[in-house]
Amino acid sequence: MIEIKISSDPKFLTIVRAMVGKVCELVECSVEEKNKIILAVDEACSNIMKHTYHGDLGQSIEIRCESARDKIEFVLKDCGPPIDPGKIKPRPLDELRPGGLGTHFIRTIMDEVKYEHVAGCGNTLRMVKFLHRNNPGELT
Amino acid sequence: MEVRTRKVGVASVIDLKGQIDLSSSSKMRTAVLEAIKAKGALRVAVNLTEVSYIDSSGIATLVEGLQLARARSCHFVIFGLQQAPREVLELARLDKVFEIRVDEREALDS
Repeated sequence: MIEIKISSDPKFLTIVRAMVGKVCELVECSVEEKNKIILAVDEACSNIMKHTYHGDLGQSIEIRCESARDKIEFVLKDCGPPIDPGKIKPRPLDELRPGGLGTHFIRTIMDEVKYEHVAGCGNTLRMVKFLHRNNPGELT
Repeated sequence: MEVRTRKVGVASVIDLKGQIDLSSSSKMRTAVLEAIKAKGALRVAVNLTEVSYIDSSGIATLVEGLQLARARSCHFVIFGLQQAPREVLELARLDKVFEIRVDEREALDS
C-alpha cells in the first residue's frame, strides 16, 4: 500500500502522476494502461481542486493506492463539503466545447468509480482498474 | 511547462514543452488565444513535439483555440503528438476533429 497527502495546489499534480506511474510499473501495467491510469487519477485530483475546494490551495488531498493480483485501486479523500455524485456526469462527446472531459476520462478508464461522503470527514472517491496481463506484480 | 510563440512566414508556431495540466494550461491558453487574435492571423500551429502529457484542461484549450480560429477564418493545426497526448485525444474522440500533422513542415504546408 502506498499513501501520499498533498496540498490542493495544482503544482503537486506532477508528484501524483509520478507516484501513480511508478506504482503502475511495479504492478507491470502496459505503457498504454499506465498512461490512462495516470490520466484518471490526475483528473480526479484536479476535479477535487477545482470543484470541491474551488481553487483554495491550502486544503489537503490524500491518495492511497493498493493492488491485488488482478486489480489496482486508488482511494482519494478530501475534506470538502459533500458532493452530489448525481451531478458528476460526463458530458456528451458529440458536443464540441471546452471542458467537462475529466469525468469522461475517469469513467472511461476506470472499471469501478464510487463517490461517498462521510459526515464530518469529507468525500471519498474509490477507483478500481482491473488489470489484464499474464504475470501481474503486486504491491504489499 | 515552457511556452514560446514564433513567426514562420504568415504562420504563428506555438512551441510547448513539458507537461500540460491544471497548473500550466492557463499559460498555454494565453499563448494560443493571443496568436489567433493577433491582427491578420492566418495560420496557427501548436507544436506538441516536446509535450509528454496533456490533461483535460489542455485539451479544453485546444478545443477553445479551434473554435476561435474557425470563427476568425484562421487555420488551426496541431503537430508532433507523442503517444500519451495522442491517446488522450482519442479518448476524447477528438482525434478526427483536429487537423493533426506529423511535423512542422507538414503543419505549415497543409
